[in-house]
Amino acid sequence: MAPNRPSAVKLSTYECGEEPIGSPWIRFNTRFYVIALIFLVFDVEVLFLFPWAVNLSRMGLFAWIDMAVFITILVVGLAYVWGRGDLDWVRPKGSERGAAAGK
Amino acid sequence: MWLDLGLIVGKIAVVFIGIIAGAFVLTWAERKQSALMSDRIGANRAAILGIKLMGIVNSVADALKMIFKEDFLPPKGLRFLHAAAPVFAMFPVFMTFAVLPFGPTITVGGKVIPLQILQLDVGMLYLLAFGSIAVYGVLLAGWASNNKYTLIGGMRATAQMISYELILGLSLIGPILVYGSLDPGVMATAQNGYLWGWIPKWGIIVQPIAFLLFLPAAMAETKRCPFDLPEGESEIIGFATEYSGMRWGMFFLGEFAEIVVLAAVLATVFLGSYQVPFLFDAGEKLGMAGFHFPWGAYLPIAEWAVVALRILSFGVKVLILMWLQMQIRWTYPRFRYDQLMRVSWREMMPIALANIAVTALIVMLVA
Repeated sequence: MAPNRPSAVKLSTYECGEEPIGSPWIRFNTRFYVIALIFLVFDVEVLFLFPWAVNLSRMGLFAWIDMAVFITILVVGLAYVWGRGDLDWVRPKGSERGAAAGK
Repeated sequence: MWLDLGLIVGKIAVVFIGIIAGAFVLTWAERKQSALMSDRIGANRAAILGIKLMGIVNSVADALKMIFKEDFLPPKGLRFLHAAAPVFAMFPVFMTFAVLPFGPTITVGGKVIPLQILQLDVGMLYLLAFGSIAVYGVLLAGWASNNKYTLIGGMRATAQMISYELILGLSLIGPILVYGSLDPGVMATAQNGYLWGWIPKWGIIVQPIAFLLFLPAAMAETKRCPFDLPEGESEIIGFATEYSGMRWGMFFLGEFAEIVVLAAVLATVFLGSYQVPFLFDAGEKLGMAGFHFPWGAYLPIAEWAVVALRILSFGVKVLILMWLQMQIRWTYPRFRYDQLMRVSWREMMPIALANIAVTALIVMLVA
């Protein structure tokens, strides 16, 4: 039902009235990629937690210890990325080099 | 068989109309409330034959405007993705509601009818799965708009949504541990149990920390203030810049529908779903429907009234939670982006993990 009257100006990309320069698919901050990677690890963890949570009361101590070990391993991972500064959105300068040198 | 099909279609219609009506009223209520909170008048101009209904007519005018507004596509390629993004943003939200019970199981003429569209053993997983599809809508919108700002905006929104999605998942583990089921229907029934005979076993009472984690995470998922960095209209360019007309309207509708659905999820998992404290139906108390108070008093109520009260209580809880979300939106200022990420990963995440460990220990000791 909407009208359709395109014009060159109307269809131009909205970048504050400037002519867009280059491709819109620019390079973006690698923080996003790192966050996505960490997310993937923990999302799979959550997935494993669901069936465990449903059945815990039937399986008892052994299942609890199992999951405690599993979560501990992942928490060590979280502590590692935390310590490495990957959870800081604005990362302190020079931390990349330090991490690469295995500091 | 036709009866069953009719029942299912009927239930879907009830839920669908409920969400649409909720979203419709929200667009009006939100404006009125924001106006109230900042000492303005709010929507009051639109009128049909002089009837204004306190501004509700404005919502109708909005809908008409969106339908008749020109809908443009980006000039270069990616038309399909550009068109698909609002669909991804809107429809999964409606699908989510399918597993939530909006009333107890009723028996009409010997036929058992659960007031829940889909009784699914993995209901909670279904909920989270459909919840996460909405991320694609935002990401595709940013990607397909042929605009640098929307690309960055879409990335920002995606990073925010996946970070908070984890918290959603982790905070739901607690209630699942307590109720021992992934089916929201079973969770709803379990919440009519009582601790030491007098404290209702509602999610908010047995899992207060999970509730406090789930509420902000859910608000971050809806991308609204104080988490509206994906498209903070006053200061930052978001992913929906290159959308207009009904396509933008679908993002908007999806967002409001998400508020309704999240209020329903919160009510189901944490606020006792459709249960009213101390109200039992005939099946639960050997044919004595009504209020059974812990001090022994008994107030008999007809079976149909029990059902009506329960459906009403679900509706009231959803309304209160929607109001709470709007209240929060207009009370708190926006986060800064690094603060937003820090809250999710460094503060909520360890608390959520600790909550799971402690809950699991308690559940195990009790069992």
